[in-house]
Amino acid sequence: MEFFLETLIGGLLAGTMYSLVAIGFVLIYKASGVFNFAQGSLLLFSTLTFVSLHEAGLPFAAALLVTIVILAGVAVLIERLLLRPLANRSPMALFIMTLGLSFIVEGVAQGVMGAQVHALDLGIDDVPIYLGNIMISQFDLAAAATALVLVGILAVLFNKTRIGLSLRAVADDTRAALSLGINLNRIWQIVWAVAGISGLVAGMLWGARQGVQFALSLVVLKALPVLIIGGFTSIGGAIAGGLIVGAAETLAETYLGPLVGGGLTSWFAYVLAIAFLYIRPAGLFGERAIARV
Amino acid sequence: MTATDPQDRILEVREISLSFKGVNAISALSFAVRRGEICALIGPNGAGKSSLLNILNGVYTPDRGEIVFNNRHFRTIDPLEVARRGIGRTFQNNALFHKMTVLENVLTGLARHASSGFLQQAWRLPRARAEEAAHRERAEEILEFLELQSCRDAVVGSLAYGLQKRVELGRALVAAPALLLLDEPMAGMNIEEKAEMSEFVATINRDRGTTVILIEHDIGVVMSLSRHVVVLDYGRKIADGTPAEVQSNPEVIAAYLGAVH
Repeated sequence: MEFFLETLIGGLLAGTMYSLVAIGFVLIYKASGVFNFAQGSLLLFSTLTFVSLHEAGLPFAAALLVTIVILAGVAVLIERLLLRPLANRSPMALFIMTLGLSFIVEGVAQGVMGAQVHALDLGIDDVPIYLGNIMISQFDLAAAATALVLVGILAVLFNKTRIGLSLRAVADDTRAALSLGINLNRIWQIVWAVAGISGLVAGMLWGARQGVQFALSLVVLKALPVLIIGGFTSIGGAIAGGLIVGAAETLAETYLGPLVGGGLTSWFAYVLAIAFLYIRPAGLFGERAIARV
Repeated sequence: MTATDPQDRILEVREISLSFKGVNAISALSFAVRRGEICALIGPNGAGKSSLLNILNGVYTPDRGEIVFNNRHFRTIDPLEVARRGIGRTFQNNALFHKMTVLENVLTGLARHASSGFLQQAWRLPRARAEEAAHRERAEEILEFLELQSCRDAVVGSLAYGLQKRVELGRALVAAPALLLLDEPMAGMNIEEKAEMSEFVATINRDRGTTVILIEHDIGVVMSLSRHVVVLDYGRKIADGTPAEVQSNPEVIAAYLGAVH
């Protein structure tokens, strides 16, 4: 029983990082109707930028600040050069656009900053702590706490500021928001920047674990099942989906792994996602699609 | 001011034509709306009424013609600019933010007026807080006027249809527009709700001096509420005048009043 709990808790904590990545998707999907496949490469880009600045001698906080400013600049560029000219195109066209964007960002990021693996030390000891007889990774705990704080900040942003109000308005009914004079382009810029920042936080946490490298951009493939389980339109769903995927794949690896020769973590999330497509196509918290006339 | 004084005209539509894939939605339409009046736009379904509202609102660009609003000419206009110049609107099928509360919906009507920045708001600096308080006061005043205080914190999606229509009116009204475009504000309402809504529109027009363009199918409502009626049929104007004039126009009787819906 203790071993089970330990595995479960470890899985849940790892899942919070999936949640962070998925939140970025949800924000962009809600505000601009775009499924942003480039979320993973933007995560790689921003984390790589941070590490490179940090390695170049900038202190932690300064490097973080500069990275966030660069992310905001990238968000403005994406809005101006891609979203605005392609507004009202088919979802497939927009998806292909983000697919292209993901290769461009990844290529440019590695071209400019190199493809080697960077170590990233966030100053959190990865020493396990004990709750009774249950061993918990201190790093996972810190990562989960960071994710929680970020989610709290986002909640305040969306529910307590008027920009958040405009953002929810755009997500709910774009046409009505426009008629009220809400600046759609500005909202898109803000949302892409905020999604980028949540990606950066996730990237830093993952990067500290596994090194900052090309493979970080593949988290996009982990976020997909999370979104299918949680629903594309709900931040709460992204959080729940991340936790479910994290817990399920760790438990599956531990208990089913020996039966199939291990390696379940790379695909078990998709088994869950497909099961969800059967029983709950809109995800746990997603809205069922209603055709707009 | 007399009716022919151009200063008296808040809006002028000049020779507007609009077609979709070769089908004419609006053909060479011209009319003027005087400042402070309630102008009703009537006509059978597909006559081009909503298309015209969408042109005024910057959603559609007409193929020909121009609009003059407050002495400024344009053919096409950015929807943001429309709101900035003081044109508010409601939609034919409710376009409310269904997951927000009534108060939040009304507050979105003021969202573009935020002059404090994002960071100021996030940190709740004094300027942002003062602005928020001012917006809240305006929103509360609108809720009181439209008798919506009792459901101010209710999520809009849970409200009765008639109340939702009122919330949408409040959202457009809170920014104090000079011109209010109402696209079938009484569609789907019962007699009692229609009477209430008519009263609100009349009061807004009288007490706030707001010019109103109203699309409405209920002839009784149109005749009692408006001072000026424009009748469209197949995208053309077939009558333009006082309710009495329009009512006795044979072409109108043939095209609209006699038509079966």
